[in-house]
Amino acid sequence: MDLKHLFRPSSMAVIGVSTTHDSHPANVIYTKNHLRYPVKTYAVNPKGGQLNREPLYQTLADIEGDVDMAVIAVRAQFVPGVVEQCIQKGVKGAVIISGGFSESGNHALQQQVIDIAKKANFPFVGPNCLGIYAPDRVDTFFLPGERIVRPKKGNIGFVSQSGGVLVDQMVKFAGQGIGISLGVSIGNKAVIREIDMIDWFENDLETRVIVFYIEGFDRREGREFIRRAQRCSKPIVVLKAGKSPKGMAAVSSHTASLAGDYRVFSEIMKQYCVAEAGNEYELTSFCEALSCYPKGINGNVGIVSLSGGHGVLAADACYSHGINLPGISAQTVGNIREQLTPEIRDIASLTNPLDLTGSCGDSDIEASVRHLARDENIECILTLLLPYSPGISADIGAKLSQVARNEGKPMIAYVPNEDKYKIIIEGFELNNIPVASSVEGAVLMAKALKRCRPC
Amino acid sequence: MLSKIDKQIIETSQGRGWVMEPQAKQIMAGQGFDIPNFVLTDSVEVAQAFLEKSPGPVVIKVVSEKILHKTEFDAVVTGIYDEKILEQEMNRLKNLDGCEQILVEEMVQGLEIIIGAKNDFQFGPVVVLGLGGTSVEIYKDTAIRMAPVTPGDVASMVDSLTAKKLFKGYRKKPGVNMERLTRLVVDFSTLIMDLEDKFQSIDLNPVICTRESCVIADARIMLQK
Repeated sequence: MDLKHLFRPSSMAVIGVSTTHDSHPANVIYTKNHLRYPVKTYAVNPKGGQLNREPLYQTLADIEGDVDMAVIAVRAQFVPGVVEQCIQKGVKGAVIISGGFSESGNHALQQQVIDIAKKANFPFVGPNCLGIYAPDRVDTFFLPGERIVRPKKGNIGFVSQSGGVLVDQMVKFAGQGIGISLGVSIGNKAVIREIDMIDWFENDLETRVIVFYIEGFDRREGREFIRRAQRCSKPIVVLKAGKSPKGMAAVSSHTASLAGDYRVFSEIMKQYCVAEAGNEYELTSFCEALSCYPKGINGNVGIVSLSGGHGVLAADACYSHGINLPGISAQTVGNIREQLTPEIRDIASLTNPLDLTGSCGDSDIEASVRHLARDENIECILTLLLPYSPGISADIGAKLSQVARNEGKPMIAYVPNEDKYKIIIEGFELNNIPVASSVEGAVLMAKALKRCRPC
Repeated sequence: MLSKIDKQIIETSQGRGWVMEPQAKQIMAGQGFDIPNFVLTDSVEVAQAFLEKSPGPVVIKVVSEKILHKTEFDAVVTGIYDEKILEQEMNRLKNLDGCEQILVEEMVQGLEIIIGAKNDFQFGPVVVLGLGGTSVEIYKDTAIRMAPVTPGDVASMVDSLTAKKLFKGYRKKPGVNMERLTRLVVDFSTLIMDLEDKFQSIDLNPVICTRESCVIADARIMLQK
């Protein structure tokens, strides 16, 4: 299955556009792509005529040029016929928005569509889905553009069984400045499933982290997912829904009762270093961290703070998330002490977490990060930056980023997410250093690296 | 690999839905796993002769198609040193529902662990390792991995348990022979891959582990319907 034309179409037909309802899903999809995306978009309705002064094609065959991809938004019973027309026209793939298949008990109808498509090696997303969103390229979500918040173009590939969860997560990503390369709502996943998406993203140069929202796998499909994840060179994050035990009636062995569906899922993800996010907040932090650092750590973190309280808060969060704060070597302490400015040399506390006090300046933080990074007990540095301190300059983000990159160890920063501090935040982010907007968020980013440690 | 006899055992157990303890242990022994010395009998004399030769106490258990969870029927008696008690308990067990024979075994002591398998719908055969015994479902201190597992997986399973200190030796109590345990779990995980089409779940519970050995004291194989 070649998915290139489906996910990166140059031309697209929207089938099922209404001549009477402007807010029909097909009309929303047609209008936004026609007006705002660099994809040649055709509207199709058997009635023909015009839509907003543009031609309305009666059939796919009437379109003169090639069509890479079709969005199918007709009633379920007409879908098999439309898929056949797509194949005849030489369309390379489809997004089937329509509902009314397996999700409402119509398994036979869904199977009919699968059979037609598989015979012709014709890939499609759905049915019963929102389809795909590729920033600056194509958007088959039937949500009016003015109603959704779109993340910028970035390097997260997101696959979701639920369209609603995908959209909601995209809004959260946008708020945190996380960009996506491609978002796919796979719906009933009749043909294109999670396992196919691993292969696509593995070969997609724009994607660095692959994220899945998973409700459940088919029989033995989890095993195949793991097999492909093992081959994949990019970090994979999963958010699992359906964790509560379903009625396990009459379980007759200890093992079966101990190994409930979710526990099995979760333990196997750990076994194969697929990072399972516990909830949507973790998911956001995991994505941000792993898009900067694809390599994992064992979980030994050094913390630099400007306030004792923040150091303790971070240490508590580390404890509850299973992150280790190892002691730092006497040599590291000596090296840092030597380079501290006289104002804080005697008052800074140089045990992990380090407390440089509110009197420190840029050079003190730089020296601490530099020597912590050189300590062999430390794999990752959390810098809790409080920009209120008078000694901190607006350049601190960019300066520390250079230090961390020179030393070659991952650094994660916490900076309060305020407009006033944007220059510091961007100083980090534009240099590929992830920034959390809370202390716990920073710890969750370190947890992401631990979850992705090489097995 | 399963022998011809193992396959026969499974086939003849299909109707019942589970493999009874003596046969389940026979399959495990066929894999080279350790099981206690035993005698299968309904004769008090044979049992007494077995006790006499045993280095320590014996355990007696009912073998009955109608009794899946033996402890719930009071169908297991442990720590028998005395001939008279043996006779008395043998006679009691023989009267339990569906009792076919009595399994008389040398009693082994050590850390009780569970090694289990589940044929998971999404992932296929998975291995469970944890603190065993009758209260296993109360403590729920177990780790799960997809089969087959590597020696590294077994180490990480033990490490993830709350009871890991018990495995390594705690307060003068000896720990577990990790090399033996690792080999048992790894080999068991290959066995369940061979059994993928047949089994639903397997309990080896308890497996009694010491510094010297890991002995499967009870085994039950639930088959697919």
